[in-house]
Amino acid sequence: MKQFKNLVRPYIIWSFVLIVVPLFLIVLYSVTTGGNSLVNIQFTGENFKKIFEPVYMNVFIRSFKLGLITTVLCLVIGYLLAYFISRFSEKAQNILILAVTIPMWINMLLRTYAWISLLSDNGIINSLLTLLGLDPVSMMYTDFSVIVGLTCDLLPFMVIPIHTSLAKMDHSLIEAAYDLGANPFKTFWRVVFKLSIPGVVNGTIMVFLLSISSFVIPKLLGGGQYVLIGNLIEEQFISVGDWNFGSAISLLLAVAILIMIRIMKKIDPDENGGA
Amino acid sequence: MSNKIIELKGLTKNFDDQQVLKGIDLNIYENEFLTLLGPSGCGKTTILRIIAGFEEPSNGELLFNGIDISKVPPYKREINTVFQKYALFPFLNVHDNVAFGLNLKKVDKSVIDQKVSRMLKLVGLEGFEKRDVTLLSGGQQQRVAIARALINEPKVLLLDEPLGALDAKLRKEMQFELKKIQKEVGITFIFVTHDQEEALSMSDTVVVMNNGIIQQIGSPVDIYNEPENRFVADFIGDSNIIEGNMIRDCLVCFDGIEFECVDKGFKENEEVEVVLRPEDIDIVEPDKSKLKGTVASIVFKGVHYEIIVRTARRDYKIHTTDYHEVGKDVGLSFTDEDIHVMYKMEN
Amino acid sequence: MKKGKIGSIIYVALCLAFFYIPIIVTMVFSFNSSKSLTKFTGFSLKWYEALVTDRDIVSAVGVSLSIAVIATVVSTILGTITAIGLSRSRRVVKEWLLNVNNIPIMNPEIVTAISLMILFSSMKIERGYVTMLLAHICFCTPYVITSVYPKVRSLDPNLANAAMDLGATPFQALTKVIVPMIKPGIYAGVLLSFTMSFDDFVISYFVTGNGVANISIIVYNMTKRTNPTINALSTIVIIVIVITLLVVNLAPAIVKKRQERKKKAAGLEDGSLIETEK
Repeated sequence: MKQFKNLVRPYIIWSFVLIVVPLFLIVLYSVTTGGNSLVNIQFTGENFKKIFEPVYMNVFIRSFKLGLITTVLCLVIGYLLAYFISRFSEKAQNILILAVTIPMWINMLLRTYAWISLLSDNGIINSLLTLLGLDPVSMMYTDFSVIVGLTCDLLPFMVIPIHTSLAKMDHSLIEAAYDLGANPFKTFWRVVFKLSIPGVVNGTIMVFLLSISSFVIPKLLGGGQYVLIGNLIEEQFISVGDWNFGSAISLLLAVAILIMIRIMKKIDPDENGGA
Repeated sequence: MSNKIIELKGLTKNFDDQQVLKGIDLNIYENEFLTLLGPSGCGKTTILRIIAGFEEPSNGELLFNGIDISKVPPYKREINTVFQKYALFPFLNVHDNVAFGLNLKKVDKSVIDQKVSRMLKLVGLEGFEKRDVTLLSGGQQQRVAIARALINEPKVLLLDEPLGALDAKLRKEMQFELKKIQKEVGITFIFVTHDQEEALSMSDTVVVMNNGIIQQIGSPVDIYNEPENRFVADFIGDSNIIEGNMIRDCLVCFDGIEFECVDKGFKENEEVEVVLRPEDIDIVEPDKSKLKGTVASIVFKGVHYEIIVRTARRDYKIHTTDYHEVGKDVGLSFTDEDIHVMYKMEN
Repeated sequence: MKKGKIGSIIYVALCLAFFYIPIIVTMVFSFNSSKSLTKFTGFSLKWYEALVTDRDIVSAVGVSLSIAVIATVVSTILGTITAIGLSRSRRVVKEWLLNVNNIPIMNPEIVTAISLMILFSSMKIERGYVTMLLAHICFCTPYVITSVYPKVRSLDPNLANAAMDLGATPFQALTKVIVPMIKPGIYAGVLLSFTMSFDDFVISYFVTGNGVANISIIVYNMTKRTNPTINALSTIVIIVIVITLLVVNLAPAIVKKRQERKKKAAGLEDGSLIETEK
């Protein structure tokens, strides 16, 4: 119906103004100087050059490393969790998946705040340790606390897509593999894991994307001195006021993530069919 | 016949450079059961959608009671449609589906209830008001769709291959029933189908279409007995189509033999095509006929045998209730009226 | 096999503990009588009292709720009509718009946040409630579109035609036929938008101004000191969200069960009818 075709018009305008134009502005800011006024802009490559200074490169490397660790942790813990859940009865699976989903809906700030009271020097874990006669451990404001926080926050993003691809797997395939003489390990590797790759790819992309760009958890659990890409961008916009440099970092982050998504999607054999 | 209700004049329709209707002229009368018949992609459904108002014609006129309605939106036309897959509203029960049109018009609830139960009675679904439409059988859904359309008292009902999804036996029943309903409500039905048997058994008028062009308009008997060209003869029923030439009025020559016939009005020696329906040909002793051959095959088809007789020039298909052994020499006999001479198609 | 089962139960339980222990600890200590976040000294509701008397927190709850409600309503309507329009649009428009629509979903939140911050400042719009609302509509609508569009695409295109054929105007066809048919997608969109908006921190943090703060921003600013009032706030938010989620997830299952029972009953009745028809 031609009448309904016009219904896209409001959103075409909306998405142009609030999605396309802002992106264009980031690109514009990243290649210019002149601060926040558009009057005296000058094109420059300085902003990007600055990123390659060791101070900033270190931030990138550290973010990448932390993202990688979190992603691998989530993948290992999450795959096992998804796999075990998928072997319960359908009813139990629904309940367990709901249980994994609920934390995602609860305000991330509040959940992160809860970790502070657990991990801090005189927090609950340390009180328990003292009670057991052990020495307290300083956990807050370390890689450990940041990784714990990120893993807890992002694990559901890994579990759910993997569980989805495991749950829709035809169980007769596993039986067929056994029937054809494959041992349990081979069966798992050649059949189960292979069929769950789409879920693994989607989960990995989500977790990596979210962990590398996060800035709240590093700030709250890592303390002020813990600088990742997200914190660097925040600094440029909120305290330093160098929007041009901030835009250049953001652009680089967005492009890097886009490229990573493309590469990950290539691994997914079902890319053309599903997801 | 009575008054014209719908007239199509020089109607064309293009979809992305492709012309699906190439100039349609058609008159549809009050109380008529008219069928648009043709293979898929011939444009019959497009005509229906233009009459319903879901498509606008690219060119030409669409008159309803003499007024051009080609720009009038569907909800303002006194025409209703029964869709191919019924398009019932799955979230409404039978009663609410049928009452949909009246509810929109804010008709009084008691009047609606009355009309709905009358309609359901008409289509043989008494007492089905509260049923979930998604749980009905195909035939029952069909009936709900008809009731939903007819309750609005349209002047014209459009039916887009409504029997396509039903099994053979149910189809026969519904054909009969549709005809009965049409007589009872006394309005025009425009029926689209690719099934020639359906078209012939229900319609007052059959419009045979191919490639966006009307091939022939006529009563079922005319269409069957006097096909105007090879396409119609071929599409409607089994036929032996033979090239020949008209020697003069009432004398045609094919397979090198001259036959008396009843067709007139062709040019002398004009090349023509001749249709012989398989059931019109009799198998006789060889010496009693001008056309001789041998039985090449015989297949039992339920009511009749289908026999292929090989003659000097070609194979003839014959339907008969008599058995003839393969290899037997036979003669083929038909009367003057059984020979249907058609204009030869270009291409 | 039995052994494996016990092992897997233990593993699943440990993972759930990892998710839920922080939440439970928060809830327990919201009822603590002292300020300590480690020793439970006795039951009290004083942090809840502190909560309702704290002006900043009350106004943040107001901001979070009102923005979530308005953003949900607007983005649900905008997203739904866009999804319906998309299904009837030309391919070029469809592909383009769906790609643009994916940008806020795929882009890191912080990039979306600063892009909007730059937009508002270069358009000289003062940052505050309105900019926060616009930003929330901006990131919620794509999720509504992605949850509604597949439902629209799977609709029989003749349903809208059928409605208009029976006398419905295009608008009536939309509200009386199309919308009821795509309800599940719309509900999913509503739920997503509301929680995304209610939980948002990153985007709100960058586009707000003039002291307008939602719950996340207040919590962010308060974490520097221990403050059990936040625990009380957390507890309320958690309980509301858990109840909503349980209702949303269990309601369809209950409805489905009822329908199945109905179907069974109808099937038995129908048995004889179908028999005679064939």
